[in-house]
Amino acid sequence: MEPFTTFRAVGVPIDIANCDTDQIIPARFLRYLPEDGGGYDRYLFHDLRFDAAGDETDFIYNRAPYRDARILVADLNWGCGSSRENAVYVLVANGIRSVIAPSFGDIHYNNCMKHGVLPVRLERAACDRLRRQLHDRPGAEIAVDLVAQTVTGPDGDVYRFEIDAFDKERMLKGLDDIALTRQYDPQFEAFEKKHRELYDWL
Amino acid sequence: MTGKTLFEKIWERHVVTERDDGQTLLYIDRHLAHDGSFNAFRRLRRLGLPVRRPDQTFATPDHYVPTHTADLDGLPDPKAREIVKAIDANAADFGVHIFPWGDRRQGIAHVVGPEQGITLPGLMMVCGDSHTSTHGALGCLAFGIGASEVAHVLATQTLWQRRPKTMRISVEGTLGFGATAKDVILTIIREIGTAGGTGHAIEYAGEAIRALSMEGRLTLCNMTIEAGSRFGIVAPDETTYRYVEGRPFAPAGEKWQRALAFWKTLPSDADARFDREVVLDCATIAPMVTWGNSPQDAEQVTGRVPDPAAEADPDRRHAIEQALDYMGLTAGQAIRDIAVDKVFIGACTNARIEDLRAAAAVAKGRRAKVQALVVPGSGLVKEQAEREGLDRIFTEAGFEWRLPGCSMCVANNGDMLKPGERSASTSNRNFRGRQGPGGRTHLVSPAMAAAAAITGHFTDVRELMEER
Ligand code: SF4
Repeated sequence: MEPFTTFRAVGVPIDIANCDTDQIIPARFLRYLPEDGGGYDRYLFHDLRFDAAGDETDFIYNRAPYRDARILVADLNWGCGSSRENAVYVLVANGIRSVIAPSFGDIHYNNCMKHGVLPVRLERAACDRLRRQLHDRPGAEIAVDLVAQTVTGPDGDVYRFEIDAFDKERMLKGLDDIALTRQYDPQFEAFEKKHRELYDWL
Repeated sequence: MTGKTLFEKIWERHVVTERDDGQTLLYIDRHLAHDGSFNAFRRLRRLGLPVRRPDQTFATPDHYVPTHTADLDGLPDPKAREIVKAIDANAADFGVHIFPWGDRRQGIAHVVGPEQGITLPGLMMVCGDSHTSTHGALGCLAFGIGASEVAHVLATQTLWQRRPKTMRISVEGTLGFGATAKDVILTIIREIGTAGGTGHAIEYAGEAIRALSMEGRLTLCNMTIEAGSRFGIVAPDETTYRYVEGRPFAPAGEKWQRALAFWKTLPSDADARFDREVVLDCATIAPMVTWGNSPQDAEQVTGRVPDPAAEADPDRRHAIEQALDYMGLTAGQAIRDIAVDKVFIGACTNARIEDLRAAAAVAKGRRAKVQALVVPGSGLVKEQAEREGLDRIFTEAGFEWRLPGCSMCVANNGDMLKPGERSASTSNRNFRGRQGPGGRTHLVSPAMAAAAAITGHFTDVRELMEER
C-alpha cells in the first residue's frame, strides 16, 4: 500500500449528503476489477456523470479543472451503504488520495485506509466552507498533512482533524494488515486454545 | 460495579489482544463468504496464504446467480457467470464449506447462515457484505466488512476493530394490525436517521421485539446498517433456542446443553448502561412506504409525499426536492396514488418463509396487475413454500415464482428496473439506480408489496386483509 504522509492537490466539492456507495460506483460495475482494464476510472460517480445515452452530464466532476481533482470534499455520511471496496478502487483509479467529510459510513471509512486513501473527518461547518471555496475558486488546492493531522484550505486556513493512532501509523508506513497481524501469532495461538475450550460446543 | 450489555459480554470474549490506543484484535468464530467475495480470494492466492479456519468458513453464491433458470448460461453477462463459478473453485482449493449453485441449501448468505445453524448466539461473525448485521437477530455479534478485511479474516481468523459505543432501542407496546418488523425498522430509521447509529452497536429490546418471531428479528437487524450501525442485536431467548435447535451446524446433545447454559448468561444485565437510549411506542407504527432515495425517507401508507416548501431546514428541503425529482413524485401527493410498474418480493430483508406466507395471504385468489417477482431467500425456503402450496397461490395470482438469490435487490443478474420504472420492493435500499439505472425503488413489507401488485399502486394492506 502506498504510504500517506502529506498530500496537496486540486479539490472538488461533492455537495451530496448521504452519498451512498451506489452513487460512488453502481453495483453493475462490481464484477470488474481495476486490473481488468477497460477504463475503470469512468465508473466513479458513473450514473451522475453519464446520462442514459452515455453522454456526459454537467456533474461537477466532469468539468475542468475539477476533473483533475485528487481530493474530494463531501458532505454528511459519505460512503454509507454497502461494503463494496470497489468504491475505493474507483477513487484510486482516479488518483484520489483523500476524502474530507463531516462523517463517513463505518465500513467505507475502514476500506479507504486499506488502499492509502485518507478519510478525514472535519466539522460540518468546515466542510461547508471548504466546498464553498472550491466552488468560488475552481482549481484551488487543498493540503492534507497526516503527520500534523491538519488540512489547509485554499485560503490558508488550517483545520485540525482526529484519527485513530493505529490507523495513522498504518497509513503513514503503508503497512499491510495481514503481515502486521501475523506478528501477533503467539497471542493468537494462546487465545484460540483457551477460546476453543470455552466454546467447545462450536 | 455496573452490569454488562449483551454486546460487551460477547465482545470481551473475543479480544485476542488490545493495544494501548484501543485497537482490538478480535477473534472471528465463523465467516460467511459469497460470490462477491471473489477479489478477497484472489488476494489470498496472490499472497500464497491458506484459509486459517476452513472448517469455520462457509460459502454460497447469491449476488450474481440467475433466478429465472437453473442454467448458469442463462446469465446475460459472461463476467457474472465467471464469478458464480469462481466460488466453487475457491471453496475447493481452500477447503471451505460450500452450498453451491444447484444445491438445495444455496441461497442468500444472510438467509443460509441462520437456516443452517451456522449463525448461533454468542458468536463473533463476519461476512463481506454490509447486511451481515442480520445475524445479530440470534444474539451474536455479526458485522459487514470490506474485501481487504475479508482477506484478512480468511488468512488470520481475526480482525482489527475499535469497540463501538452501545445504543439500545426499546420498542414498547404491541404491534398493531398489519404492522410488521419491516415497518418497525423503517419507523426507527425515520426517527434516528441513516447516520443515527453510526459508530454504535444497537441492541433492540422491549416488548414488541420480544414478541417478534425469528424471521421478524432477522428483518429488523438486517436494516440496522441502513440506520448507520454495523451491529444490530437481539438478546437470545426461547424464540431463539427453538429456532436454532436441530439445525445442521448447531450443537447437539451434550454440546447443546452446554451451549444453552452459556447463551442464557448473555442478555444484558438489568443495570447495564448504554451510551444512548431510544424508546419508541409501537402504537404509532403502521405499514410504511419509502418515497425518497434514502431509507429514512419513509411515510405511513395513509400519508403523503412531503412538501419541500414546508421544510424549514434548507439542506433537508434541497434533499427532498432532489428526491422528488428523481422519483418522479409531486409534493403532497397521497402515497396511495403512486402507481407501480414492478413488484419484487425477496432479498435478505424479506425472503424467508414467513415473509412469503404474508405475501401469499394477500395474493391468494386475486390477480396481479403488474409484473411481480417472488424470489425465495434459499433453496430450502423455496421447498418449504412449495410444500405449503405458496408457489401455486403466487403463480395463480400471476406472480412469477423464481429461484433463490439476491436478484432485483441489487440487479446484478439481469432482474432489474428500466429507467423511470417504479418498484414496490421488500429489499433494504432505495438508493438511486439501485435496481437499475434510473429505476425508482419504494421499500415496503412483503404484504404491502403483494398489495401493490394486486392493485397496481400502493395500498393500505390492512384494507385487503379486512376484506377477507
Ligand atoms: S439480498 Fe440485497 S442486500 Fe441482501 S445480500 Fe443480496 S444484494 Fe445485499
